[in-house]
Amino acid sequence: MKKFKELNKATRNNTVTYIIVALMFVFCIVYTETGMASNLFQGILVPICVNVILAVSLNLTVGILGELSLGHAGFMCVGAFVGSLFSVMTAASMDAALLRFPLALLLGGVAAGIVGILVGIPVLRLRGDYLAIVTLAFGEIIKNIVNNLYVVTDAGGLHVALGVDAYNAMEIDAASSEVYINGAMGITGTPKDSTYIIGFVLIFITLIVVQNLVNSRTGRAIMAIRDNRIAAEATGINITKYKLIAFALSAFFAGVAGALYSHNLASLSAIKFDYNYSILILVFVVLGGIGSMRGSVIAAVILTALPELLRGLDSYRMLIYAIILIVMMLVNNNEQLSYYKNKLFGGLSAQLSGRSRKQKEVS
Amino acid sequence: MTAMLETKNLGISFGGLKAVDGLSLTIEKGQLYGMIGPNGAGKTTVFNLLTGVYKPTSGNFFLDGEKLTGCSTIEINKKGIARTFQNIRLFSQLSVLDNVKVGLHNDYRYAAATGVFRLPAYFRTEKAMNEKALELLEVFGLAAEKDYLSSNLPYGKQRKLEIARALATAPKLLLLDEPAAGMNPNETQELMETIRFVRDHFDMTILLIEHDMRLVAGICEELTVLNFGTVLAQGPTAKVLKDPEVIKAYLGE
Amino acid sequence: MNFLSYLISGISLGSVYALIALGYTMVYGIAKMLNFAHGDVIMIGGFVMFTAVSSAGTSPLVAIVCGIIVCTVLGVVIEKVAYKPLRNATPLAVLITAIGVSYLLQNAALLIFGSAAQSFPVLIEVPDWEITEGLTVTGVTLVTICVTIVIMIALMLFMRYTKPGAAMQAVAEDRGAAQLMGVSVNSTISLTFAIGSALAAVASLLLCSAYPQISPYTGAMPGIKAFVAAVFGGIGSIPGAMIGGILLGVIENLSKAYISSQLSDAIVFGVLILVLLIKPTGILGRKMAEKV
Repeated sequence: MKKFKELNKATRNNTVTYIIVALMFVFCIVYTETGMASNLFQGILVPICVNVILAVSLNLTVGILGELSLGHAGFMCVGAFVGSLFSVMTAASMDAALLRFPLALLLGGVAAGIVGILVGIPVLRLRGDYLAIVTLAFGEIIKNIVNNLYVVTDAGGLHVALGVDAYNAMEIDAASSEVYINGAMGITGTPKDSTYIIGFVLIFITLIVVQNLVNSRTGRAIMAIRDNRIAAEATGINITKYKLIAFALSAFFAGVAGALYSHNLASLSAIKFDYNYSILILVFVVLGGIGSMRGSVIAAVILTALPELLRGLDSYRMLIYAIILIVMMLVNNNEQLSYYKNKLFGGLSAQLSGRSRKQKEVS
Repeated sequence: MTAMLETKNLGISFGGLKAVDGLSLTIEKGQLYGMIGPNGAGKTTVFNLLTGVYKPTSGNFFLDGEKLTGCSTIEINKKGIARTFQNIRLFSQLSVLDNVKVGLHNDYRYAAATGVFRLPAYFRTEKAMNEKALELLEVFGLAAEKDYLSSNLPYGKQRKLEIARALATAPKLLLLDEPAAGMNPNETQELMETIRFVRDHFDMTILLIEHDMRLVAGICEELTVLNFGTVLAQGPTAKVLKDPEVIKAYLGE
Repeated sequence: MNFLSYLISGISLGSVYALIALGYTMVYGIAKMLNFAHGDVIMIGGFVMFTAVSSAGTSPLVAIVCGIIVCTVLGVVIEKVAYKPLRNATPLAVLITAIGVSYLLQNAALLIFGSAAQSFPVLIEVPDWEITEGLTVTGVTLVTICVTIVIMIALMLFMRYTKPGAAMQAVAEDRGAAQLMGVSVNSTISLTFAIGSALAAVASLLLCSAYPQISPYTGAMPGIKAFVAAVFGGIGSIPGAMIGGILLGVIENLSKAYISSQLSDAIVFGVLILVLLIKPTGILGRKMAEKV
């Protein structure tokens, strides 16, 4: 215990986050293994893991890098399709899910990360509102392209077409052909490899990587850029490099989450990964506290589980999300309102989200 | 011996307007050099030229004999010019200690992956960084506030932290942009002592822009007076301040 | 011949984008924020007109006036409740709030009207104009183009020759200085939102008449595309919004016709990305340097 107190605040904070996730994990194991869990409960575990990873990874862009990305679902889409495509293609030759699935997750993440770099190079030259709208644009473009993508193999090899006209114009040997990605119909037959245990392992990996990065030389450089770009430059920080690291890593984990997501569904189409999904992830981040990884985890768990468990709320769910966004922003950013908030809730919300900022203000 | 900073005929024009024109000055190693002039004389523009924020449209400048004209802000910082800003620019959501550690970024290195996987080099380097940063904070009397959020520091200490951060980049030349702005006479007095201490303790060459005449007269050994972007007077402080042209520019007819 | 008719319908679509882009560009220029909810104000305007005619049975004119009034009030209320408390907050906070408002309007409409698209009643009855054989311009297209031109000219005159217009320009230039000169910043920003939202109502009339359907998602895509148009033309510039809107409409329609109808959205967004990378200030925008 003494040793725990000697650690600095950031390390302590992170450790608390790991403990919370570990407790959730233990709860899930006990609950499902003892057979108490309903099908509904078991069914939402993987989506919860997916959303937690998405929220933590988006928080890296929004909270640590300080830029609003509205295209997170686009990176998820890339990861989902690349991961699924790999699994479907190798399902016959690579039997062991032990090897195939981790490879699919990794490939999904790497593909999304590469797209993240390609998108990031132009996008990160922009700032603020322009950056947000361009990430939205890229997200829509990715969705649009994948939605019109056809991947087919036949005796002649691999065929890729963009758009239904190009697909129809392709000369495919019908006898030996196999359609992997079928335009708007998407991809079917992905093996159902995702389990909540793998999901939790991925959450841990994501948290460790992101939190360790934040509390390192690289993370400090990224946050310095967020706080004052001009001063960071004058202090010798390579702006483009560190922005790109944060953005690409954020995209990588979105891709991993996408692959986890796609291996939980029998069929998958790109329409799922629209702007609304990106906003949903943003709601997790905002509700949990921008920059607080622990907050993102908790918010993603609650907001994914609640509507599923309380079906009656379903039609009001989106409306509630919208109100959460507005109220959170007003309460945290208006001096008068945040005064009332502190009076009402005191340090409770700060404790919950584990924001070191508040603690430092007191000391 | 080469001068620490030498500018030759340095100038920049914005759409035909010459903001700085034909600036030539020489600062020797270890000198405390002042740049004064009325509002809009082009003082901060000179700093922006020397730190690569603007690219000069004429002339050159050399640091320790090396030509830096056309280099980027980052390159110039790495070559050894650090600065503070007129309107303080700290990393407001980072702690006081972390602000200085950002300044140490280029001298204390480990790869991003080393940080993520917490390899031994991470702990070794972070420990060295903490020690170095604390050493700097102690010089400025900020060690006790090391865990404060930098935006929660009082104004005077924020200015000091900015200087500490600039020094952390291990510069050869330190540019201070109106360090006494917004300070009361007591704070200014204390600041003068700090600046002098920095020069002696770190063997630093310092170029400062200032409005506060007492500060300039008190610590600067040489001065350049700018007016409408051109040099009005140049030389040892006492002599320059007696120059009738300078008095006229400052006090009017 | 086909090309000409694609071009004309592109100009018509572009005129609607231009009207919406005006709302974005004025708010961006004056309040320095991206009003993400603008597209959804259009949708609300459409539903007001739809309800007035279909359920309340009013005449088209009354329905249009109702739509304009509701949108204007809505715009001002949104500004007062959601954006005004954040005048001094970070751009990130304002943008997230605006996204929240957009989402709120969309989902409120979803709860009230359901997600299915409903057919929009005919409010504009103007005969088609057959220029030559095989080339006909619909009445709605004619009205759209004319209305847009008239509004654009009126707005430019307003900005140039009236006191509130001058106040808007002053606030856009330097909010602090304008305040010191006695300009009421709050009421100027309110007026900006009022005008922008009234234009949104007009845009919703034209949009829903040209594509006679209405759903809670009607405003989202045109809203985002109109923002693209505003950026394209140069944000803050009224003629820029006009040029950007029409160019974007033409690009969209021609790429639908000649490249791919499924990929036309991707092409429009591709245009945005290209513009921002090559000339981030747009066609008529001014460069805003950051002071060091």
